[in-house]
Amino acid sequence: MNETNAVSSYQYVTFSLSDELFGVEVSRTREILSLTPVTKVPQMPEYLLGVINLRGQVVPVIDMRLKLGLPAGEETEDTCIIVVELQVDGEPMIVGALADAVREVLEIRSDQIEAPPRLGTRLNTEFIQGMGKVNEQFLILLDIDRVFNSDELSLVQDVGQVEEAQAEAGEA
Amino acid sequence: MSSLAETFKDEAMELLQELEESLLALEETPEDQGLIDRVFRALHTLKGSGGLAGFEDVSSFCHEAETVFELVRSGDLKADRELVSLTLAAQDHLKGMVLTEFGADPVDDERTAELVAAFQILLPFAEQQVEKISEQALRQESIQSTYRIRFRPQPNLFRLGVQPQFLLSELAHLGEAIIVAQLDAVPPLDELDPEECWVYWDILLTTAEDKDAIRDVFIFVEDDCGLDIQQIDEGGVLDQPEDYKRLGEILVERGDLPQDELDHFLNQKKLFGEALVEQGHVNRSKVQSALTEQERVQALRRQRQVCDAVDSIRVKSDRLDKLVNLVGEMVTVQARLSQFASNRVDADLLSVAEEVERLTWDLRDQVLTIRMLPISGIFTKFKRLVRDLGAELGKDVMLVTEGGETELDKTVIDSLNDPLVHLIRNCIGHGIELPQVRQALGKPAKGRITLSAKHAGANVALTITDDGAGLDKAQIKAKAVEKGLVGAQAELSDREIYNLIFEPGFSTAQEVSNVSGRGVGMDVVRQAVDSLRGSIEVSSEAGQGTVFAVKLPLTLAIIDGLLIDIASEQYILPLSAVEECVELTQEETIQAHGRNLLNIRDEIVPYVRLRNEFNLPGERPEIEQVVIANLEGFRVGFVVDNVVGEHQTVIKNLGRMYQDADGVSGATILGDGRVALILDLPSLATRVETKENSACR
Repeated sequence: MNETNAVSSYQYVTFSLSDELFGVEVSRTREILSLTPVTKVPQMPEYLLGVINLRGQVVPVIDMRLKLGLPAGEETEDTCIIVVELQVDGEPMIVGALADAVREVLEIRSDQIEAPPRLGTRLNTEFIQGMGKVNEQFLILLDIDRVFNSDELSLVQDVGQVEEAQAEAGEA
Repeated sequence: MSSLAETFKDEAMELLQELEESLLALEETPEDQGLIDRVFRALHTLKGSGGLAGFEDVSSFCHEAETVFELVRSGDLKADRELVSLTLAAQDHLKGMVLTEFGADPVDDERTAELVAAFQILLPFAEQQVEKISEQALRQESIQSTYRIRFRPQPNLFRLGVQPQFLLSELAHLGEAIIVAQLDAVPPLDELDPEECWVYWDILLTTAEDKDAIRDVFIFVEDDCGLDIQQIDEGGVLDQPEDYKRLGEILVERGDLPQDELDHFLNQKKLFGEALVEQGHVNRSKVQSALTEQERVQALRRQRQVCDAVDSIRVKSDRLDKLVNLVGEMVTVQARLSQFASNRVDADLLSVAEEVERLTWDLRDQVLTIRMLPISGIFTKFKRLVRDLGAELGKDVMLVTEGGETELDKTVIDSLNDPLVHLIRNCIGHGIELPQVRQALGKPAKGRITLSAKHAGANVALTITDDGAGLDKAQIKAKAVEKGLVGAQAELSDREIYNLIFEPGFSTAQEVSNVSGRGVGMDVVRQAVDSLRGSIEVSSEAGQGTVFAVKLPLTLAIIDGLLIDIASEQYILPLSAVEECVELTQEETIQAHGRNLLNIRDEIVPYVRLRNEFNLPGERPEIEQVVIANLEGFRVGFVVDNVVGEHQTVIKNLGRMYQDADGVSGATILGDGRVALILDLPSLATRVETKENSACR
């Protein structure tokens, strides 16, 4: 589905995080929710915001700013949750991604997409599928499976343990 | 694959299990005719439906085994250990044959021939003849009738050289017989001639034979006795349920009581039988005999009703899962409705909401019971496991099961199989000693493993007990030190030492075999039990044996929870662990000098402040609530702001993202649509414990 053929086009949902524009494939997005109360799960890394009730299903929500290493942001009335479908270790999973605002759905031809630059994005290039150029504006196309891949999850664990250790040090 | 074949597969698996069960039981009691019949029937049915579904190989293979069991049935062959072993092997082979059609590895044809040959050796007669008999026998068996027989011999019976007890025992061979001796004609002792027979008998016989066959029993005495045979209950079509004959009618029919006397008594209000006896119209034993008849017919009909009625249907388990999910959502919506209704001053709405609540709870209970299965299903499998493993290791072991009727959620039972297999393997591998060793120790040579299940509140308690060598504390500790699980200086209680065997990477097996001790032993068991929200404990006495106690929740889908709140966040505690709630004032906290201990009726109970544990913001209230939970014998308090109340909790998985979340076992959706976390109290307590220990170091 995602193979880069000669000239084909893909649709992307674009959203903003801290003045940068990102895109995620339409085929991977399920729906967009306005911000609903999130139940925090204790002792988890900061970017794991908690869980929400999506019509009877419990769905985790991730703060995309923190996940991508951007500074934390304020909640505004534009803040929303993009519900995306992931493949984690070959199993489907539904996750809510918290974004500053959702912009539009864009059609991007494959010849408009460039390989991710090695430098200068402030982001881990591993997460980036490519850079789209639309109306003279750069669009960072995310590989959401990579963003949430299992290596990342184990990295998350380490962070959790570090935090715990710090907490212990504080108490002692 | 055709649906006929699918249906046959399901049926065959059931029949094969039945076959296995019967064979194992037969091994214990080789003379039991009922068991032999069961084995025979299973083989016969399998043969028939195999042929019907186009499994010719299965059908002809069954035929061989069936032929042999026909001989066992007729008593020409003993159901000895070899035959049982052979048939068990055949049962395995049959399973393979059936599954071949469904993509499993094909069975070895040589093996088929081998087994067939082994069965044929046992056959002394021409096979075809036996076959005919077996068909006939089976057909007759299906129609059973009950007869009432009154056998009243002439007093000179003994002089004719007839022994009535032989006649009666011959009758008993025809089927199930209840014999009541009537003594009312026996004269007083001083007038009694011991060579005369004054006793007569009422016999109730349930048999597949016909009246003539019964009459044949009495063929030599028929002219010298009063013989009355009446069919009182016919097999086949079920009569009206109220169609039992009344006691009076039975007595009149037998001629023990004239009709007019019966009518006279019917006008009296007393218990009929007693009134009759009281007034001396019939004696007690006659009434007793009539009563027996009444009961017998009732019992038989009840039994037949159970067999005849379509008492079960097959449903795919994923349909059930969907149903349970729907009910889960229903419970959530109902909670929302109730909350909504109680916030409005509208009596009509409130009464509807209450009605819905009642119905939903009923529905929930009903749906959950559908998924409940008796645990005996897996118990049977273990009988086979114990038998085969024991034989492999040269140990003589028997498995005793108790409480097989205990019911558990299907999901729990399914995931219980592997850990139990592991535990039993361990019992046989490590626990039970070799027969010689056992005898030298003064124990019976046959080792004994007891598997018992019983309900204990919202839980099921499973225990696996063996009477083997017991756990070696010193050895366990040495091993744990060697593996770096504990420090060499660590002072451990017995309980702590025993529980070391559940640590990952721990295995005391001296030699690695395929039975036990691959180093991935007991920690897998504990993980499996944990994932079922259960717990496992082990205790042992050197030389006496080991006891594994597993505690499991009845169901995984819905639990009774206690809704609490801390810093306006709501959480659920599993109610099954909660013992009581007490208050904690600021004053008490200050008096305790920073120690988190409570004094409850002179017992010191440590407590955990969940607010601190979860780093929740805000000031704690003046008076906090402490929920005292019992965690496998330890009482621990959990401090919360407020206890809201009981809550029917539909458990939702938190998913992979939170699979490492410590102290949280799942989530649920509250009436207002928010998500509340379900707390995992044991892991919370453990976490705090390790944190405090490391802080002290």
